[in-house]
Amino acid sequence: MEVDTAAINTIIDKYGKDKSYLLAMFQDVQRQYRYLPKEAIQYICDRLHIPFSKGYEVATFYSSLSLTPRGKHIVHVCLGTACHLRGGPNILDSFERALNIKRGGTTENGLFTLESVNCLGACALAPLVRVDGHDYGKTTPGSVKKIIKEYGEPT
Amino acid sequence: MVEFTINGKNVRAEKDETILNVARREGFDIPTLCYNDTLGSDGRCRLCMVEVRKGNRKRIVTSCLYPVESGVEVFTESPDVLLVRKTVLELLLARCPNSETIQYLAKEHGITKTRYMKDNDKGKCILCNLCVKTCEFNVGVAALCMSGKGPLKKVTTPYSEPSHDCIGCGACVAICPTGHIYMEDKDGVRTIWNKRFELARCPQCNRYHAPVEQLEFIATKSGTPMEQLLICPSCK
Repeated sequence: MEVDTAAINTIIDKYGKDKSYLLAMFQDVQRQYRYLPKEAIQYICDRLHIPFSKGYEVATFYSSLSLTPRGKHIVHVCLGTACHLRGGPNILDSFERALNIKRGGTTENGLFTLESVNCLGACALAPLVRVDGHDYGKTTPGSVKKIIKEYGEPT
Repeated sequence: MVEFTINGKNVRAEKDETILNVARREGFDIPTLCYNDTLGSDGRCRLCMVEVRKGNRKRIVTSCLYPVESGVEVFTESPDVLLVRKTVLELLLARCPNSETIQYLAKEHGITKTRYMKDNDKGKCILCNLCVKTCEFNVGVAALCMSGKGPLKKVTTPYSEPSHDCIGCGACVAICPTGHIYMEDKDGVRTIWNKRFELARCPQCNRYHAPVEQLEFIATKSGTPMEQLLICPSCK
């Protein structure tokens, strides 16, 4: 994939070409492409004079960074203790069936990515689902389809 | 100068030395897998645990990282140390059931089987980081890295693809304490980390001796002409 080097240069310069801001640069690139393209990692590493392997190490370590293209909307199903007890796994199951993908996967039309998280800090609303930063509390398997409909067709 | 005792013997050491270094110099055997003189300590294998007593307190510490301290008593074979070491060996054995080195070390400590669930996807790798460090600091190419974290963490080249940086020198194979990394030289081709390297032939004895890429790397780094490097070490 071709990456827009001008845009990446802007990101690198924004952090003063300082390699201690590598993670922040990766996050900015990810915001732009919705994932971290290999070419972008390579380009940033080259400009910061750090080995490609070190960049890859950072990129694989943080779960907020993705090396594969992600969907337009990110669905986070909470599986923290409270959500787990109140049926989080069932909600995840329902999403997997409704979107026809597994946890961590992206729908074929590139609209949804399904992920689980380990606590969003809103345990009173368990089981919680967060789509693009918007929270849906006390979800039931029945409300899963309704949530998806708000953002578009599942397939 | 720092004075303390190891297994009852009075020893003296410089201020910044580690217990492991002093103990080995004084002739006490402490098993390790991840320690290397040229690359320092990371405290990853947890085999070098010793007991440190200071007054009424005692602690089990990694001797490869613990700096010597005046007046402490160190025990390398106390019952607590042996218990911890055996547990570590059982855990290592569960991770790498097929590693001969770990089997041997475990047997030395009287362990032949592990009570933990065995892994079958880790190969012989204990994540000691020696290959990654030697590639970066001794060879100077940094082709290897750790990817992921937790149970998925592994040693790899970026994207598990043949690395542009790898020169096929095999330093990672040589330093690996458990024999995890695999390299094959066959018909003038070396295969390592999914990459194939053409091997150079010595013009005098006509034997393959090193990958062309490695010789080119040395030539650029040291300024030695390629013709000189092509001659194998035994013909020089």
